[in-house]
Amino acid sequence: MRINLTSVYVDDQRAALAFYVEVLGFTKHRDVPLGNDSWLTVVSPESARGPELLLEPAGHPAVKPYRDALVGDGIPLAQFAVDDVEAEYARLTAKGVVFTQPPTDIGAAIIAVFDDTCGNLIQLIAEKPGADGGE
Amino acid sequence: MPNVSSTRCANVHGLSAERPDAGVLVLDELAASDGKTLFEICSLLTIRHGLGLTRQAISQHLGVLESAGLVVTERRGRSKFHFFNPAPLSEITRRWPITERTDS
Repeated sequence: MRINLTSVYVDDQRAALAFYVEVLGFTKHRDVPLGNDSWLTVVSPESARGPELLLEPAGHPAVKPYRDALVGDGIPLAQFAVDDVEAEYARLTAKGVVFTQPPTDIGAAIIAVFDDTCGNLIQLIAEKPGADGGE
Repeated sequence: MPNVSSTRCANVHGLSAERPDAGVLVLDELAASDGKTLFEICSLLTIRHGLGLTRQAISQHLGVLESAGLVVTERRGRSKFHFFNPAPLSEITRRWPITERTDS
């Protein structure tokens, strides 16, 4: 069994696509019209056949209180791996991305948390060489 | 195997002998660099200080510190950030100056 898709709820699918592609650097993978919305996914250019991230419309009434509570407490909804958190922090803040948590050394890894402008907080992580991520 | 639940309870009430009080560690972290979300405070206490506290317990600590005026919060964007406020401490020493105790 493999994990091939996960999702984040987004306020506006087109704005989300612009952010995830133009700012973060992901690639649009599927864009299938479904009623008023689309089955809209992105993948990492580093693994084009890897897991897809579904940019799912946030229309369901349960989504807003769920996300508001998490964002209020600074809790990220998804995690993306990068080689260098400091470099991504510099690159993204230069593009106007707001971080709720600057690069932080947590021992086995460096993490940081940013606002994806679509209603979610996202954690960046770079595991240190030799750190055991299998726990 | 130490009694984890009693250690946690002791920590909540600042009574742990083997570990500093979580509230003190929260203030240490906020004083070191200000403006942290609950999520960041929880990760720092867990990973840097090895405290096995739940998010709810840390939230309770923050509530106590906030009601004492030692922590103030501010919403930036959609997240709530916590800041250390030393003002009540200087008020205490102003009202009751610390004098050297002489044993006589």
